[in-house]
Amino acid sequence: MTRPTVDLRPIQPPLPRPRPLAHFFTRPQVIALVAVLLVNWALFPGFFTITWQDGRFFGSLIDVLNRGAPVAILAIGMTMVIATKGVDLSVGAVMAISGATAATLVTNGIPAPVAVLAALGTGILCGFWNGILVTVLEIQPIIATLVLMVAGRGLAQLITEGYIVTFSDPLLIFIGTGSFLGLPMPVIIAVVLMIAATLIVRRTALGLLIEAVGVNRSAARFAGLKANALLLIVYTFAGFCAAISGLIVAGDIRGADANNAGLWLELDAILAVVIGGTSLMGGRFSIPMAVLGALIIQSMNTGILISGFSPEFNLVVKSAVIIVILVLQSPISARLFRRLPGAQK
Amino acid sequence: MNRSLRPLLATTLIFLFAYMLAVSQQPAMLSTRVLGNFLTDNAFLGIAAVGMTFVILSGGIDLSVGAVIGFTTVLVAVLIMWLQLHPLIAFAIALIVATGFGAVMGAAIHYLKVPSFIVTLAGMFLARGGASVLSPDSIGIEHPFFSAVQKSYILLPGGGRFTVVGMIMLAVFACAIILAHRTRFGSNVYALGGSETSAALMGVPVARTTISIYALSSFLAGLAGVVFSLYTSAGYSLNALGVELDAIAAVVIGGTLLTGGYGFVAGTFIGVMLQGLVQTYIVFDGTLSSWWTKIVVGVLLFMFILLQRLVFKAAPRRT
Repeated sequence: MTRPTVDLRPIQPPLPRPRPLAHFFTRPQVIALVAVLLVNWALFPGFFTITWQDGRFFGSLIDVLNRGAPVAILAIGMTMVIATKGVDLSVGAVMAISGATAATLVTNGIPAPVAVLAALGTGILCGFWNGILVTVLEIQPIIATLVLMVAGRGLAQLITEGYIVTFSDPLLIFIGTGSFLGLPMPVIIAVVLMIAATLIVRRTALGLLIEAVGVNRSAARFAGLKANALLLIVYTFAGFCAAISGLIVAGDIRGADANNAGLWLELDAILAVVIGGTSLMGGRFSIPMAVLGALIIQSMNTGILISGFSPEFNLVVKSAVIIVILVLQSPISARLFRRLPGAQK
Repeated sequence: MNRSLRPLLATTLIFLFAYMLAVSQQPAMLSTRVLGNFLTDNAFLGIAAVGMTFVILSGGIDLSVGAVIGFTTVLVAVLIMWLQLHPLIAFAIALIVATGFGAVMGAAIHYLKVPSFIVTLAGMFLARGGASVLSPDSIGIEHPFFSAVQKSYILLPGGGRFTVVGMIMLAVFACAIILAHRTRFGSNVYALGGSETSAALMGVPVARTTISIYALSSFLAGLAGVVFSLYTSAGYSLNALGVELDAIAAVVIGGTLLTGGYGFVAGTFIGVMLQGLVQTYIVFDGTLSSWWTKIVVGVLLFMFILLQRLVFKAAPRRT
């Protein structure tokens, strides 16, 4: 990212867009998810059991979806940012800010819908700030977003005045723990956001433009693209996604914890995006695959918990996953796999 | 005066100005006691930030330093308390492990051609996870050597204490300044940060230098972990959470350019001291909560990034 290298390899032709369904099931991410789920099933035979109770579904699988939703939502925004060759480290802090805003407003007697809109607004504002740093001031994304990552939790504390603000507002709690059509609300929000974002980028030229900026920002600008406006939109969208996640996490625990809400989730989101096959070098991205990546991470978390290992193993397993992916994506393995059909890329 | 020294000068002036401002509010801050504690309290951050300086100078980033500090404290505690090794042997083992860890990360960055930030992110997970697998609980260290080191200090006029920990930090900075500005390795680091392709064409051993840089960074993070364990007499896997961010902030505030190839180790020292100043002032004031530190550091970070932008945007036109 920070090292410019001269790449003289010929550009591979893009895959044809409408892929057959069979192709979907042979993608490494899908195979990985199925494998992790099967391991979980072997460890805990009731893993796939889903029961209907009190008007909603219950079961470990639903739990994986529910717990994975905040990271999945972050990953949707992060995918777009990474596709432009950037990264957003501030999403965890933005989650804390948005949760703190909503909780503080509600406890001060502001109607919940206004509080929710205000929280989303602060998220958008934070994303916009990142975008300004990246475009107008031309700061490297990793550093530009670091500013908010460092200061953001302090700002969240400023909003909550250092307390963990608890609330009992039905709307906020519904966002975190409610259910709609039998599915938990976070899952519904994540699915809707994923479909909307995918349609917007893939059914319009937006996705193509984002990829163009990610491949070569100056070339894209010379070709007449408003690269800066696109980057602003992308970072603002990432802030918006982070704000939604923050609302969910706050609603889930019925309180805003400025210190711990969304702590290290930016790293999980980046990992989900990388697992989803989006290149950190920009220019190639897939939102549904990033969401799948978030589900893989959550399935591993759940698997480690139900297998009785201590949660600390999570970190070791995650690092092992990153290492495997890095090796698979590296030029060395590309050389090795080049002759195999259906290899990476 | 040399134009390239200007950002360093700006940082120094801002530090002096901030210190005078703090003293005018809290006269008690102008004492060798406070200065001595400055060095002791920020020793681990300073040592880690030196390693980070080299990494950033080469155009990379190391997110694993906080985790390596945490891991080292746990490893040292385990070796001393469970295996009954002498602390010095434990320190040596911990430093070797940390250095090897960094070398592997450097090799991965070079040979797999992946951004340093994702490799060191994996390293961070691995080190934190490894530490909590070794021991999820905090281990207290009790050893005569530890208490002896903690009790030994040079008394400064005015009652300030210049502790062993503070001395280690100053020694590390002195060595690092020589390493960065007076050796071939240092020149290679700067060359790599300027442009990896040009550096390779000029005959800089890119592979060896990259591996050495990350090995050095992890070695210093390990040393910071040793200092941390001397400072707190405990090993805990969640020690030094987020120190990588403080270290990056210190390096940036110290005037090192984030794109690599430009900066001074001495600037990092002032960056660390400036952060320490903010923290100490907030403690002295008593009415401000500790989270103001984060906000002020964030604002400082932003100011210095802006300053760099202005200085370096103006530069090409003049030359």
